[in-house]
Amino acid sequence: MAKIKINGKELEVDPNKNLLEASISAGFDVPYFCWHPKLGSIGSCRQCAVVKYRDENDKVGRVVMSCMEPASEGSIISTEAPQAKEFRANVIEALMTNHPHDCPVCDEGGECHLQDMTVMSGHTNRRFEFEKRTHNNQYLGPFINHEMNRCIQCYRCVRYYRDYAGGDDLNVFSSRNRVYFGRASEGVLESEFSGNLVEVCPTGVFTDKTLKKHHTRKWDLTTAPSICVHCSVGCNTIAGERYGTVRRIYSRYNEQVNGYFLCDRGRFGYEFVNSDQRITKYIIPGSTEGVSKSAAFDFISKSIKGKKVIGVGSPRASLETNFALKQFVGSENFSVGLSKRDYQLAKLAVDTLINGSVKSPSLKDVEKSESVFVLGEDVTQTAPMLALAIRQAIKNLVKPKADKAGIPQWNDAPVREIIQSAHGPLHIAAPVATRLDDVATTTYFSAPENIARLGYAVAHFINTKLVLPSGLTDEVKTLAEKIANDLLSSDKPLIVSGVHCKSSEVIKAASDVATALKSAGKSVSLSYTFEESNSVGVTMLDGKPLEELFDEAKSSKAGVLVIVENDLYRRLGKEKIDAYLSQFEQIIVLDHNETETTAKATVVLPVGTFSEADGTFINQEGRAQRFYQVFVPETDTPESWRRIAELGNATEKPFIENSFFDFTSSVANSLPQFKGIANIAPPPDFKVLGQKVARESIRYSGRTAMKANINIHELKPVNDIDSALSFTMEGYHGEAPSALTTSYWSPGWNSAQAINKYQIEVGGALHGGDPGLRLIEPTVDKESYFQTIPEAFKISAKGLTTVPVYRIFGSEELSTKSPAIIERSGNAFIGLHPADAKRAELKNDDKLEISIGGQLATVNVIIMNELAEGLAGVSAGYKGVNPEMSEVTFKK
Amino acid sequence: MLSHLRSIGLALSHTFAKRETIEYPDEKVDLAARYRGRIVLTRDPDGMERCVGCYLCAAACPVDCISLQATNDEETGRRYPETFRINFSRCIFCGYCEEACPTYAIQLIPDYEICEYDRKNLVYEKEDLLIAGQGKQHGYNFYRVAGMAVEGKNKGEGENELPPVDVKGLMPLVVDKLIG
Repeated sequence: MAKIKINGKELEVDPNKNLLEASISAGFDVPYFCWHPKLGSIGSCRQCAVVKYRDENDKVGRVVMSCMEPASEGSIISTEAPQAKEFRANVIEALMTNHPHDCPVCDEGGECHLQDMTVMSGHTNRRFEFEKRTHNNQYLGPFINHEMNRCIQCYRCVRYYRDYAGGDDLNVFSSRNRVYFGRASEGVLESEFSGNLVEVCPTGVFTDKTLKKHHTRKWDLTTAPSICVHCSVGCNTIAGERYGTVRRIYSRYNEQVNGYFLCDRGRFGYEFVNSDQRITKYIIPGSTEGVSKSAAFDFISKSIKGKKVIGVGSPRASLETNFALKQFVGSENFSVGLSKRDYQLAKLAVDTLINGSVKSPSLKDVEKSESVFVLGEDVTQTAPMLALAIRQAIKNLVKPKADKAGIPQWNDAPVREIIQSAHGPLHIAAPVATRLDDVATTTYFSAPENIARLGYAVAHFINTKLVLPSGLTDEVKTLAEKIANDLLSSDKPLIVSGVHCKSSEVIKAASDVATALKSAGKSVSLSYTFEESNSVGVTMLDGKPLEELFDEAKSSKAGVLVIVENDLYRRLGKEKIDAYLSQFEQIIVLDHNETETTAKATVVLPVGTFSEADGTFINQEGRAQRFYQVFVPETDTPESWRRIAELGNATEKPFIENSFFDFTSSVANSLPQFKGIANIAPPPDFKVLGQKVARESIRYSGRTAMKANINIHELKPVNDIDSALSFTMEGYHGEAPSALTTSYWSPGWNSAQAINKYQIEVGGALHGGDPGLRLIEPTVDKESYFQTIPEAFKISAKGLTTVPVYRIFGSEELSTKSPAIIERSGNAFIGLHPADAKRAELKNDDKLEISIGGQLATVNVIIMNELAEGLAGVSAGYKGVNPEMSEVTFKK
Repeated sequence: MLSHLRSIGLALSHTFAKRETIEYPDEKVDLAARYRGRIVLTRDPDGMERCVGCYLCAAACPVDCISLQATNDEETGRRYPETFRINFSRCIFCGYCEEACPTYAIQLIPDYEICEYDRKNLVYEKEDLLIAGQGKQHGYNFYRVAGMAVEGKNKGEGENELPPVDVKGLMPLVVDKLIG
């Protein structure tokens, strides 16, 4: 630790930080633009000027850029010295000469870092009388709006987009006051992480295009801490609502999980909440227009009486919902809502983490890894933020080069100059080309069986006691040896795999590689990806796979089926589900959006989405995280667990639990694997200074006018019995415990940069610790290996063998009900090896009718050079495509 | 005694003074142009809506009686309020909304005759608020001075603006302008 003095205050700081970080961490307001905790310093904006003194006797000092000076022992600086203040005021005045006069029509207004810094630097009066520079804008796709006039040339966008997120289609062009940030030609931004430009850009050059369609200021949003529902990573978000619709998703800082960023699916996939396919009515047989709640429940209690009820839960429903359903129907009648194959895969992966000796890493741990081996996953498509973390991880082995040259790690430009495009080992083995291939050291494209065999070979070369698969080519052996050596040469190797290539062998092989590394004394971690937001939670809860439940139902003559938030047609082939569903007298479906399954239901009950519900998800790391209801909907759409409790109360099985806390405590107390989840966030009676934490800002507008056209009398606000948050602006507005952070704001800091004020140290943990609780920790030290080496892949005579191919936009169920995501998702497709395509006389973009297990689907042909011969990469999760993904045949 | 008489005399003398009370409603009070009465939404000199839906009036309102929703005209690129509601039964006529408005759209005018028997009739929607003229502030058009491109004013055609930068150019920007 170094002793330094800022504004006369003596501080002990980390000498590996710079003076700007030290000043902000100590609570001083120093304006800045180009510096970002994740991007480091480049000293381009000249806004963070402070005065540095030689020693105690130096009364004059000199102006320095605080972001470019190390916090070295004995530094004495003043952020408030008149020279520094004058310098900063001059800089911002110059920056503002070309800034257009359009804050009123700018979506960033009110949460603009440039506005904040202008006010902070004291520039209030424009003296520049000459003409302003203008720029033409570009169309950048359905996510991002471009308004180049507002640019202040801080270079954050390109540094984020290119250097951090690995994109290459956004760049900076020209020089001097012609500098232009955009694409070489108009078009959709290709990076899956482009949405973060909205938060990274300190002004309104890049803004959220989905927000623009229903624009709302930050102060008018009702916001609550939420968890992203679009994949298994469980990024922390802040969801904002106005006039009964969700308006936008912002990232919520969690050092352990997503940090400052989100992927585009998480940020722009929210509009399924506002979809016109939302279910808002109670449907019973004979009424398509909907009936009253009491009529619906009368019907249910009558038709359910004396009949056996079985229930299907869902990996996209909260833990509490699945638990409530399991209680309602009984353990022996509860299905986790996954097909047998998918459930076995998920269970294998979860059990491997629980019973194994290798730790499952948080995304922060992933970022700290040094070498990476990915088996069978295109991580960018299936767990996007994990891919972004891997991109950071592979820089760790090359960064020390800068240390040797005496350059601190925060000094971004020279560090990049030294390491150039070098990076640590990243080995990818996958069925098809992945979006991380551009930074991969080696890639190996083959069938899942062969990927598993490569994995076992790698394990053999790490620990030669393990068996080497027989019949490997020399090429594969050399590759395996290289991978093994690379993993062994670093202290923190990371193995990534998952359920997405539908192969248990790949999951097992990944575990064996990780265990072998563990026995070699490495601090290895093993990260599995899963399909949905609560796949891990529902797997840990335990239940039956769909096939088993339905087959038993046939023999036990169960009459009533309850399905909660699950579209069964995404789990098994259409024929199978049709046959299964036809055996029930009543099919009661609880869901928020219309699906093929709700179309088959006899009774449909409306329930809330994530924004109308409280709940707990368990992410792929095994971290339990709480999400909160954002607003009180006008429609009758309560949480699914509350709906199930209502169902129970309408029959002979009344529930003891009433509120969210009752349910979550019940889960925590009755099931040891979920111990502690009731305490991951403050209880509903928690208060700060005698008040609940407010969901609305202190400047929330329109309170007495919003509903005045419906009722002139302002109704009493709804009390939230489920959480420590209040639905209105009444309540505590300061910094609440991290799990209850509804928005980031601090005096003078209206933009998301106010996060600085919520952290112990900038870029570090939140005050009071990051929210969430890890439920899975390696407990055993004993190394156990699977060693179930599969046969090599053989080309099938019957047809091509299907491997599912995932797309970030298109494969996930909920986001594909959002217009912006639909625009990006494209048609269902089949990827073919060039030789297979040639044999069938097919070329790119041909329309083709394929048959998987007898289920027909029309798809586009894509020739995939990397795909192995005999394989067909079929788009997973697209409408009409059989989710079972067995063999595929087609006729032209 | 003397002071009592003086007071009575003073009171009596008011009998002949000019009367402050007027015979309302037959007679109307003469108001200053700056009187803060009924709120209107005005139009710019081209007859287009001035309001750009920036929400500043709503934020400034101490009784939160203004609510609106902004939307975009995809054809013209202009932003305008889709709905604009003022609950006059809550309004205190403080004029903060007018003060906050960056486009001179919302203005308080010298009209106070908005009494109703029923409170709900005091809820004014956009069609009740929007007038045909410019109100008190003449000649101002926000889009002429703001950098955004809208129909009829492309980038660089606003007041005090240089033509859009040619990214491939090398000369100083003013030279671009001189060459045309």
